Amino acid sequence: MSQPDLIIHDEKDNVGVVVIENTKKGQECNAWIMENDKTVKVSSINEVPLGHKIALKDLKEGDTILKYGHDIGKVVKTIKKGEHVHVHNVKTKKW
Amino acid sequence: MEIPKSFLGYRRENGRAGTRNHVIILPVDDISNACAEAVANNIKGTIALPHSYGRLQFGADLELHFRTMIGTGKNPNVAAVIVIGIEPKWTKRIVDEIAKTGKPVEGFHIERTGDIGTIMKASKKAQEFSQWASEKQREECPLSDLWISVKCGESDTTSGLASNPTVGNLMEKLEPFGVHLCFGETSELTGAEKVCAARGATKEAQEKFMKTWSSYNDFILKEATNDLSESQPTAGNIAGGLTTIEEKAFGNFQKIGNLKFIDVLEPAEEPKKGKGLYFMDTSSAAAECVTLQAAGGFNIHLFPTGQGNIIGNPIEPVVKLTANPLTAKLMKEHVDCDVSKILSREMNLSQAGDELIKTMLRVANGRLTCAEALGHREFVMTKLYRSA
Repeated sequence: MSQPDLIIHDEKDNVGVVVIENTKKGQECNAWIMENDKTVKVSSINEVPLGHKIALKDLKEGDTILKYGHDIGKVVKTIKKGEHVHVHNVKTKKW
Repeated sequence: MEIPKSFLGYRRENGRAGTRNHVIILPVDDISNACAEAVANNIKGTIALPHSYGRLQFGADLELHFRTMIGTGKNPNVAAVIVIGIEPKWTKRIVDEIAKTGKPVEGFHIERTGDIGTIMKASKKAQEFSQWASEKQREECPLSDLWISVKCGESDTTSGLASNPTVGNLMEKLEPFGVHLCFGETSELTGAEKVCAARGATKEAQEKFMKTWSSYNDFILKEATNDLSESQPTAGNIAGGLTTIEEKAFGNFQKIGNLKFIDVLEPAEEPKKGKGLYFMDTSSAAAECVTLQAAGGFNIHLFPTGQGNIIGNPIEPVVKLTANPLTAKLMKEHVDCDVSKILSREMNLSQAGDELIKTMLRVANGRLTCAEALGHREFVMTKLYRSA
């Protein structure tokens, strides 16, 4: 059990959470999927701090972000695989 | 881990047990704060609970005010109560309800006497109560005497990944012992409301939850002037990586593990359907929520935080845990239980749940929480609307 760089809640999720202090540009991250205990790799495009999310696939405007296997908001600006996902490219569908 | 079957608590006249033995000086209204604080300053072993309201409230808002005042006095963590109000009628209403528990309670009003005379009379009674309470001894109480409330704050993604599921793990392990459990934060379940409603143990509980959530959500939509940026999620949440209310809600919801809730409580309402998990309709602001849960009779609180909320409560000890390694390191004096090793996979969820059970029982037995040691006594009344 090596220390993961990213944790993904659910196999269906299209984002993972950074669990190290910061990812480096271009860093090849080990992402641990909690649900099935598998590990996948994703390359971090930006420096992303602890607790922030990284896209696990290319996403376009209007796509849904899945975390915990559930809808947590909509993409408002194209996101590349490995890119930082946050308030600059994702918005709530609720308020 | 074998879970201990008991803790050391204070047995009260009505059969409940407390984890603390406070003598409180409870002002009925804002203008009686000065008097209450003077009494608490005079008499060691007492604490005043100043707050901002209690005048000209009406309807459901006034009922909530009384329910919070009375529930705070009735809480088993409170040994005895001095109630001080500006006039006799509302003061007496609170005294009479607290007296039904059988604990010592006495009311004083300021009109026709003034602050100084009232302080003298109330101080004499407070001294008697304080010395009486100081002789109370802890005794062995079954775990079922624990009424555990939960609420998270300054959450970040580490809350949903690890510290909230740790609380969920504790709930799953302790529910079979017959504890009472309570979660709240109505607005913060937005986005996960349907998934949460489905956890109602009965159709009645499910419908009651949806009605409660919809009513709160309608109120937010009516009052909102923008997209609630930096209110929900808060600026702290966003700094910690939480992007939307939906993401926050699914993280929040991890606190109840796989349990079902048996009933939906009004703010500050005492549960009446026996052991098990309850949902209470509360604000998601930390101090408001914990104050309501304490008034509902809960005697120990679990508070997972991500970025480092520092809240405490004057009568209900608030046990704080975090899974954020930076918070655990930089705000060590606020963290009762560090579960950050979950993220590095050096600790699994069940081990973290066991650690939290151990920490909670030490606090139930008398260990001061970080918030108690640091003097956090946030007592914040929930006000539903403007006064008349």
